[in-house]
Amino acid sequence: MMANMVAAINNALDLILQDDKNAVILGEDVGKDGGVFRVTDGLYDKYGADRVIDTPLSEAGIVGTSIGMALGGMHPIAEVQFAGFMYLAFDQLVNHAARYRSRTRSTRSVPMIVRTPVSGGVRTLEHHSDSPEEYYSHIGGLIVVEPSTPYDAKGLMIKASHMNDPVVFLEPTKLYRLFKQDIPEGPYEVEIGKANIVQKGDDLTIITWGTMVPVVKNAVTNSKRSAEIIDLRTINPLDESTIIESVKRTGRAIIVHEAELTYGPGAEVAARIADKAIFELEAPVMRVASASFPYPFPGYENYYIPNELKVQKAIEKIMSY
Amino acid sequence: MLKKVYDGSISYVQIMDEYGNVDASLRPDSLGDDKIIDMYKWMSYARALDTKVLSLQRQGRAATYAPLVGQEAEQIGSALAMRKQDYFVPNFRQHGVYLARGYPLDTFFLYWKGYEEGAVVGKEYNALPPIVPVATQTLHAAGIAYAQKFGKTNAVVVTYVGDGGTSEGNFYESLNFAGEFNLPLVTIIENNEWAISEPEKNQTAAPTLAQKAIGAGIPGVQVDGNDVIGVYKVVSDAIANAAAGKGPMLIEALTYRMSMHTTADDPTKYRDDKEVTAWKPRDPILRVKTYLTKKNLWNDKLEQQMADEQLKKIDEAVDKAEQFKPDPRSMFEHVYSFMPETLKQEEDAAIAENFWQTAGGAGE
Repeated sequence: MMANMVAAINNALDLILQDDKNAVILGEDVGKDGGVFRVTDGLYDKYGADRVIDTPLSEAGIVGTSIGMALGGMHPIAEVQFAGFMYLAFDQLVNHAARYRSRTRSTRSVPMIVRTPVSGGVRTLEHHSDSPEEYYSHIGGLIVVEPSTPYDAKGLMIKASHMNDPVVFLEPTKLYRLFKQDIPEGPYEVEIGKANIVQKGDDLTIITWGTMVPVVKNAVTNSKRSAEIIDLRTINPLDESTIIESVKRTGRAIIVHEAELTYGPGAEVAARIADKAIFELEAPVMRVASASFPYPFPGYENYYIPNELKVQKAIEKIMSY
Repeated sequence: MLKKVYDGSISYVQIMDEYGNVDASLRPDSLGDDKIIDMYKWMSYARALDTKVLSLQRQGRAATYAPLVGQEAEQIGSALAMRKQDYFVPNFRQHGVYLARGYPLDTFFLYWKGYEEGAVVGKEYNALPPIVPVATQTLHAAGIAYAQKFGKTNAVVVTYVGDGGTSEGNFYESLNFAGEFNLPLVTIIENNEWAISEPEKNQTAAPTLAQKAIGAGIPGVQVDGNDVIGVYKVVSDAIANAAAGKGPMLIEALTYRMSMHTTADDPTKYRDDKEVTAWKPRDPILRVKTYLTKKNLWNDKLEQQMADEQLKKIDEAVDKAEQFKPDPRSMFEHVYSFMPETLKQEEDAAIAENFWQTAGGAGE
């Protein structure tokens, strides 16, 4: 079937609800409205109000009760309407979802998915464009995934539903309807913790994910360099071996992400490259990221998010060493 | 032993009904017909402003916008009840309050066009800029109210939250703090019956939202939010009480969201049009017009004159806002009270790489 990312995730959720009788979807406007981005469209009519639950407007409530549902034997798939509103649920994720397994020595677990739209480039109001993957990836015990294609979105969602862990599932709004892809109609999994080599190359390695994947692809095409592009897909746990194997071969690495530069996820990747591939490096590891402050108002967003030219300049710079 | 340990009730106030009839026993003595004409003009002005931003948005000249149409009475009634020194803490739909508090319209437009310069609210307005995350501002309002008490300013803080916002923990926490510290805080719930696609009954099993005050140990009252006089009265009383040191108040204004949540929303997906139609006769502006016309205080000529004047001011403000040119350096200059070395490096690199030019400017 041809599907954009919205349709692919919708299809995945449909298959999960069909297959797993304990699975429920909950969140604001996920029922009758089908979600503000229409990701849960049609599921309320198909599964009813008991399984596709319009909750009161409370992010901490949605995530906190999801944890309780999971502890109570259900399998909640929560939606927080925008990542910028999910900080209200941060306590529930840090203090509870992430720790139940370790503090009970695996006698309790929290199998749940928290979905939220992330990143910008679509001219939204304040707080609707955050890229928070580094916040959640810093918390051991949470799985953090972020697909960049409809195929990966569906496969990662189904895989996430089979994990016995809390999964933070980040969906880039800019990519929701950017393009369609031919994907299988039935269930399939995309491995969590495994990066995707988008294209092979020999001159340099670019590690990226989410909204920056199409930006990097275009920049590489324009640069005429042979770049290996790695789409992380899972931010935590990191697929370190795929990154290190590639960088050892190319000798050059750029990390490109939309999240802020300072203490961003690029720092983690760069540190691991320095640790495991320093003797193969022919240039310093570079990062291309948004500026080190919260996402601006939409009138300024193009000055803030990395674009193709910024990536191209980084490619030229790293190749000049 | 079994005994009743608490007994509470919630009153409903309406002074002007939907046919323009006024309950004289409740009408404030200070409220003459001249003031009702003012209220009418401000409500009409707010609607004209709303219509303008909506049309700018549809032409791609504004970002996402949250319309206020239908909620003019609760906003104008409460704004006019505030004294100059009182402090206004909004969410994201109080365009009418800004307007009636004399806030510059060109700055207002800059906010909705998507520039931080539109969130610059001069100290003289005693207000915060719009706050988008739901109900989080109610705690700031409690803190600002604490500061008024602490500084003995006699100012009262008035904050707004939607019916959906009452489901957020922060809302309860604010009422509880305000009650515990006996703060000069008036919290107005704009119950417009819809939180995007969810009707108010999806939010709570409580039959009124005003009764949420009871749990915090503070008084609560319900008012016809489409009755500008009723709103003016309950908010004036609440402010007078708070200014006299008698503490906070929760006011639930019953109104209706006649339009979409924001321009990104499509209500036809979840809301029966019949419901909207049923609210049309209860329009907040219409009933005041009926009242004034019956008393020969208003006519078509005055209406036209008013509309022309208001539109002229709105258009001038739009023109001024559209002259604005964003400077990306401003993003870096206002992150801290000082410029960190690492942030300066980022700014310098953006300039050296010519990034802002290649970025193609604002995405409007």
